[in-house]
Amino acid sequence: MAPADAFTLLFVTAGAILFLAGTLGLLRFPDTLSRLHALSKADNLGLGLIVIGLLPQCDSVTAGLKLVCVWLLAQLSAATASQLIAGAVYRRKSGP
Amino acid sequence: MTAAWLGPATLFGLCGAALVGIGLFVVITHPGLLRRIVGFNLLGAGIFLVFGAVARRGAGAGFEGDPVPQAMVITGIVVAFSATALAVALLQRLFDLTGRETLEAQPEHLPRSEP
Amino acid sequence: MTLLLDLALVAWLLALALHIARVRDDRNAIVAFIGFGLLLGLGWTRLASLDVALTEAAIGGGVTGVLLLRAEAHLRPGKASGASVSHGGKTLAAIACAMVAAGLALAVLAFPSPAPTLAPAAATALPSTGLGNPVTAVLLAYRALDTLLEKVVLILALIGVWSLAPDHLWGGAPSLRPDVVPEPLAYLAQTLPPFGVLIAVYMFWVGADAPGGTFQGGTVLAAMWLLVMLARLRPAPETRRRSVRLVLIGGPTLFLAIGFLGFAMAGGFLAYPESIAKPLIVGIEAALTLSIAATLGLLVAGPAQTAPGR
Repeated sequence: MAPADAFTLLFVTAGAILFLAGTLGLLRFPDTLSRLHALSKADNLGLGLIVIGLLPQCDSVTAGLKLVCVWLLAQLSAATASQLIAGAVYRRKSGP
Repeated sequence: MTAAWLGPATLFGLCGAALVGIGLFVVITHPGLLRRIVGFNLLGAGIFLVFGAVARRGAGAGFEGDPVPQAMVITGIVVAFSATALAVALLQRLFDLTGRETLEAQPEHLPRSEP
Repeated sequence: MTLLLDLALVAWLLALALHIARVRDDRNAIVAFIGFGLLLGLGWTRLASLDVALTEAAIGGGVTGVLLLRAEAHLRPGKASGASVSHGGKTLAAIACAMVAAGLALAVLAFPSPAPTLAPAAATALPSTGLGNPVTAVLLAYRALDTLLEKVVLILALIGVWSLAPDHLWGGAPSLRPDVVPEPLAYLAQTLPPFGVLIAVYMFWVGADAPGGTFQGGTVLAAMWLLVMLARLRPAPETRRRSVRLVLIGGPTLFLAIGFLGFAMAGGFLAYPESIAKPLIVGIEAALTLSIAATLGLLVAGPAQTAPGR
């Protein structure tokens, strides 16, 4: 196996395991905030590891840049979504 | 035979057929009109998947699928969206005027709901 | 291995569809439907239809989801536990639907082999269009009439939606009415649109040679516009504004004009002279992308809810 492929295998597997752990947390944790915590871990770190793992497989620099952009955009949307959900929980708790 | 059975074309084609059944069931039986609109979208997704199976099987000439059904599905998705938007607007107007989101107020349109 | 992935995708799609059919709460069903749309996008990649996958994820999952969620929020005060169809009727309907599904499944299993295909014909004619993406070639050259009529359908649907406004609100602005705009949403609406517009332009531009195109690019543009309106950074425009209406009909009008020009230049409606086919197609696509973005955004925004200002 070429070293690039071994690198990919290692990182993508690690990312997939993080996603699995995040999903388990999403299903098993008791309240919304800790579930959000599990979810954002999987989103940020898991997706990041998968993107790093896929970088050696890109044929061109632009393809790699696109992958990194996908990760950054997913980060932005995941961060916003978790904040919005957490805000809704907070308002519901303190509201009428 | 087995190879064709296990191919994604047949698999997703069968999935599309099942989705048509489920979507149709929601459209016919669900009391809420909003859910019927969702069911209509499920029904559409099923039809498109059957079409996708046709496209995948038509691979040839260096393409991984027949581009003609693919383009028709794209057109179909957009048209289904515009129909959904119109249906949702009609439903909201019905709700604003009558305060209901079902058709039960007019039994003459719904012969199946016995008084 | 890929069979395992296909089976998992199909199982999830069917499970979500059954969930949508059975769950009591409408919002729950709509969220499941959004997940369904995204998974279906993955399914389309397995059918090697990347253009369709992009469209399904953007329109089927994304924009339809926003539309349905807003409708659910609008209808929520009047949730009635309406009497559902009688048990016998339900069983009858289930049997009928199962028969339809079974018939379709039999048709899928009985597809002729070898499959009839237009792929070779599409490949032979591709060089004369100057395009590299056969799906774009079908949409804008071989079957351009379908695409033109579909644009007309979009406009008609929008006219239908607009005409549902009460008389005194005709020509006014739709309102997306967010009760509160949380800070993170406002921040996202300020940072994301520049990237979103760039991605939309990129998708439209590569659509000539790679998966992508007007629909996908237009939907991303519409999403950015909706985000800005939802965060109340800009209000929705009044529907009577001339500039709005010009953008809406600009794409189809240009398409139609070039179509008629085809009589003079290439001997037929919607025929392109071979030497300038690609610039013509890309020009039509650019105008169409803007029109589609405006139409989709306004379809989600709905009928006018405030009276037109003098």
